Amino acid sequence: MAELQTKVARPLSPHLQIFRPLLTMVMSIVHRITGGALYAGTALLAWYLVAAASGPDAFATASWFFGSIIGQLILFGYTWVWIHHALGGIRHFIWDTGHGYGVEARNWLAKATLIGSVSVTILVWAIALIVR
Amino acid sequence: MPRFSNMRTPLAKVRGLGSAHEGTEHFWRQRLTAVSNLFLTTFFVGVLLSLQAGTYADVIATLSHPVVAILLIGMMISVTLHMRIGMQVIIEDYVHDDGLRVVAIGANTFFAAIIAIASVFALLKIAFGA
Repeated sequence: MAELQTKVARPLSPHLQIFRPLLTMVMSIVHRITGGALYAGTALLAWYLVAAASGPDAFATASWFFGSIIGQLILFGYTWVWIHHALGGIRHFIWDTGHGYGVEARNWLAKATLIGSVSVTILVWAIALIVR
Repeated sequence: MPRFSNMRTPLAKVRGLGSAHEGTEHFWRQRLTAVSNLFLTTFFVGVLLSLQAGTYADVIATLSHPVVAILLIGMMISVTLHMRIGMQVIIEDYVHDDGLRVVAIGANTFFAAIIAIASVFALLKIAFGA
């Protein structure tokens, strides 16, 4: 095929910055971000398990970190990220069955995921503080 | 018959794998691991909650229980499979340079594998009491 003589400035498909932010759209983005955070967080999980397998000294170091203020903040954030991604996953399962695509259903699911993730996170940490 | 219906070979039609030659394998695996992640990570958080006041000996005793060890090894395999697919989707969406994309997808596999191997080894070592 002959080479194109001129490069036509074709229209590109619109991306994020073109659209007005909608709750469902933000939730979709957050689902991806939380997935990325959980991905990085598995390094902490592996560290915890390897430390436990390495002996009391290594475990004490890991325990010290997770018990510190920064460690606790990370764990609190990780808890919410985990629950939010999990509830987002359940939302995807509902969509996989072909249900929940209407405007009302979409918005209800988005709000339920958000309210649910915050509530369950607080519940988990309430349990953590009670059994401590 | 539609004009372009014969563009695909009969074998390709039967295989049904599409242009990427992978079909719906990633989609389906992501759903299966999502289900197992849901149950196994919930179990793990329960374990962590019960262990937070425990000593090192308590932690080792719990993690070396066969049921706990089996479920947590399953969790690590399930989680690392799931996160590898998820990150690959993100890379394929945002990394447009061909060479960089191949490197990133490879690095993603290595990261997931390292996490899986390290965690499973640690769990086995604790379980077998070495």
